[in-house]
Amino acid sequence: MSRRPSDDASADASGADPLRPSDHVDGRVAVDDRPDIEGIVSPKLGFFGWMRWGWRQLTSMRTALVLLLLLAIAAVPGSIVPQRGADPNGVSQYFSDNPTLAPVLDHLQLFDVYSSAWFSAIYILLFISLIGCVIPRTKHHWAALRAQPPRTPARLSRLDDHRESLVELAPGTDAAAAAERAIVLAEQQLRKGGYRVARYDARGAFSVSAERGYLRETGNLVFHVALVGVLLAVGIGGGFTYTGQRVIVQGTTFVNSVGTDYSSFNPGRFVDPDSLTPYTLRLDKFDVTYQPIGSSAPGQAGDFVAHMTTRMPGEKAQSGEIRVNHPLEIGGDKVYLLGNGYAPTVTVRDAKGTIVFHDTIPFLPQDNNLTSLGVIKVADGLPEQLGLVGFFYPTQVTLGNGAFSSAYPDLLNPVLTLNVYGGDLGINDGIPKSVYALDPSGMTQLTGGKTGVKSLELQPGQTAELPKGYGTITFDDESPFGATDSSKSVERFVSLSIHRDIAAPWVLAFAALAVAGLLLALFVPRRRMWVKATADGATLRLEYAGLARGEDPTLRDAVNALAQRHGDAFEADSRGSSATASTPESRA
Amino acid sequence: MPSLEEFSRLLVWTAIAIYALAFIAYTFDLARRSAQALDAKDAAAVRERELVSAGGGRVESIREAQDRAAAPLGAAPAARERPVFARIGTSLVWLGFLFHLGGDVTRGISAGRVPWSNMYEFALTGTLLIVAVYLAVLFRYDLRFLGALVTGLVTLLLGGAMLAFYVSVVPLSDPLKSPWLVIHVFVASLGTAFFALAFGLSVMQLMQTRREHRIAAAAASGDADAKTGWGFLRTLPSSETLESLSYRFAIVGFIFWTFTLIAGSIWANDAWGRYWGFDTKEVWTFVIWVLYAGYIHARATRGWRGTRSAWLSIIGFAAVLFNFTIVNVFFKGLHAYSGLTSGS
Ligand code: HEM
Repeated sequence: MSRRPSDDASADASGADPLRPSDHVDGRVAVDDRPDIEGIVSPKLGFFGWMRWGWRQLTSMRTALVLLLLLAIAAVPGSIVPQRGADPNGVSQYFSDNPTLAPVLDHLQLFDVYSSAWFSAIYILLFISLIGCVIPRTKHHWAALRAQPPRTPARLSRLDDHRESLVELAPGTDAAAAAERAIVLAEQQLRKGGYRVARYDARGAFSVSAERGYLRETGNLVFHVALVGVLLAVGIGGGFTYTGQRVIVQGTTFVNSVGTDYSSFNPGRFVDPDSLTPYTLRLDKFDVTYQPIGSSAPGQAGDFVAHMTTRMPGEKAQSGEIRVNHPLEIGGDKVYLLGNGYAPTVTVRDAKGTIVFHDTIPFLPQDNNLTSLGVIKVADGLPEQLGLVGFFYPTQVTLGNGAFSSAYPDLLNPVLTLNVYGGDLGINDGIPKSVYALDPSGMTQLTGGKTGVKSLELQPGQTAELPKGYGTITFDDESPFGATDSSKSVERFVSLSIHRDIAAPWVLAFAALAVAGLLLALFVPRRRMWVKATADGATLRLEYAGLARGEDPTLRDAVNALAQRHGDAFEADSRGSSATASTPESRA
Repeated sequence: MPSLEEFSRLLVWTAIAIYALAFIAYTFDLARRSAQALDAKDAAAVRERELVSAGGGRVESIREAQDRAAAPLGAAPAARERPVFARIGTSLVWLGFLFHLGGDVTRGISAGRVPWSNMYEFALTGTLLIVAVYLAVLFRYDLRFLGALVTGLVTLLLGGAMLAFYVSVVPLSDPLKSPWLVIHVFVASLGTAFFALAFGLSVMQLMQTRREHRIAAAAASGDADAKTGWGFLRTLPSSETLESLSYRFAIVGFIFWTFTLIAGSIWANDAWGRYWGFDTKEVWTFVIWVLYAGYIHARATRGWRGTRSAWLSIIGFAAVLFNFTIVNVFFKGLHAYSGLTSGS
């Protein structure tokens, strides 16, 4: 069982521990955490006095504890309120759902908890406290590593774990010599057991003082320093990190360059967006399998693979694959598969039959059966600009209320429905517009809704008339030649996320170091042991005592084992050297 | 002939029933301890009266009794007291464990993968590990006084999981097809098992502390017949011993939890392209880690050792349970593995 240092044990043995903050349980009781009473009565504490006091407060165990608990509490709101970092759409949703509450929360930085002033304050204070606590302890530990084990306490019997035995010496034996022999023996045994030992002999009483488990403190310091390492690696590394997103359709190529090709790009502070390695990625083919209808999880998607062709500048093209959990590595970046969907190919012809628009447009999936939403913008070649908003259903079914839905994510019965808007697309005034949204403010609806004109409804290969006799629109069938079903009739797209994070290996290394330190700090027992032999006429009093420093559930066993081993060895030794009659009598 | 999956369900329900019986047996054991303690009290009363008149003797003798209670804590299984209900309880736990293990393994076989890939399976394996750790620890410490708490907890959790979380086997979604599933989730459950035992010991510790305070107060006022709380506590180790034992379980749990955190980050880096993103589940794993770091600190802070740190251990375990139930089911995040909605 762990023992608290008993207050009445002599001071040098009682674990009053300069390595620890003053309010550590092993610390000196006398140190008061408050400024001196005198300091309050007459303000003699002075500026530096107060600074010292404040610093001691900040680096005390209690402060560390309170800050840790505060950190735990402060982290919680970020799991309840959506966060801009993890869930930006959730935040927009929250704003539209709670228009009065959201701005208040925003003011309190509750949508950015982990970069908020108050969260930062807590962890920065915690780490200052940590550093302030670790530095003096490191100094002390450094000294302790070279110091001798402390003087043997005068009264070992006052320690919690203590054993004593009396050995009767053979008549005529030199008691002092026997005592010294016993201690030499103990010294050897302890040293062999990994203890650092020192002899403290006085007249008639010989003793050895031993200490082991310095690695416990080393581990503790390594752990705390490694935490600082993790924080620094995350903080500094973040500046060199970038992430970007990009959608690519089968058969098209992406160049790693911010100017043109990213749909979104978030660089860290020290990233120069103009100096990215201009490698290229081409999506050759995207594969996915769906659990068949009638199975336990019909339509569940799996085994996503994006087959890519990659090319570093000035090098030969290579093929690569991106799977979930298996990003593609290129040029120090990692490319992740974020999502996928269908990209219908559409051709628009004017009234004379001339092609004015031909493109493959990614439609964004809205549910697990890949009902997908998309926008087609025809800017030129027709009497007015057209915007077409619609849904793509890979396996279209009609619900009871007449609405369409998709019943399965694969292309069993692909249907594209479109509503046509005419007017001004608003893309000529230079303000970038999302390719996935249509701003209908400058447009009039020409089909669907209240117009009385039926929405367009197309299957792959079909063509429909545009309203007002503007021309035709075709939903192109992309099936390879000779295909017998619609399973390849629509192209796929994938959305890729491209990351550079040079800090991650450092974070991992520090985290591993922290675990190593933690294991040492928690499981290496640190303890002091004393063996003392006192000659008393014809008897020899052997005392064994141990003192735990920190948690040490095995101390009592260790003292007993030492007493046993040493007693046996001493008896054997005495028998060998002279005929001593020994009657060890133990009192635990 | 039921399918393997149904067979697994059957085994698990049987295990639940057996655990419930074990709970009853252990409860009888605690009641018996109370009765025994009362007898001992009567026998000691005469002697004690003399001691009390000698001054302060009562507290001393209580301490002695507790040290006596602490000694068998570490006794080898063969050398322990053999109270009949506790032995029935432990035998039943072993039996229930075998059924539970069978249910877990057959679930894994019928799914063709490790049986901890959705909430039901996580509860199944997590509770299995709680029982396994409890049984393993029994070889070293006589913790049968925790039996009622452990079997009660496991019966509730497992029964609750059966009723609320059960889903039939479906293929794994892509992000879960990773060796990190095996490691990260398993180690998390193992950590949870150790936290659970630490929690149980902390609860006992608080009850014991209250009793010790009452005894001290009674001794101070000279009231020899004051009520001091549940009788079975008399046969338990001192609050200090319970605390130190609880701490030992908590630090093992903490190491596993630290590892869970790191393994999860590595996996997140593979799956989502960042090792840390304050996703709800990540937040809670972090909160739990910090709470237990706080607990470890509290144990080393003057004024916090004892009752306050015990509360931290209890709060920590409450957070573990909250993370597993409420966060999984109601909080939105990337860790959508509960299997309860048909999410992808
Ligand atoms: C990021 C914040 C911190 C975390 C996560 C943390 C975590 C831990 C953990 C897990 C332990 C147990 C392992 C061991 O004994 O080495 C520990 C111990 C310790 N920590 Fe911290 N700590 C933090 C900050 C601090 C600060 C600010 C101080 C200084 C006041 C401090 C002082 C100590 C001491 C003295 C111990 C040894 C406790 C003992 O004797 O058992 N820690 N810490």
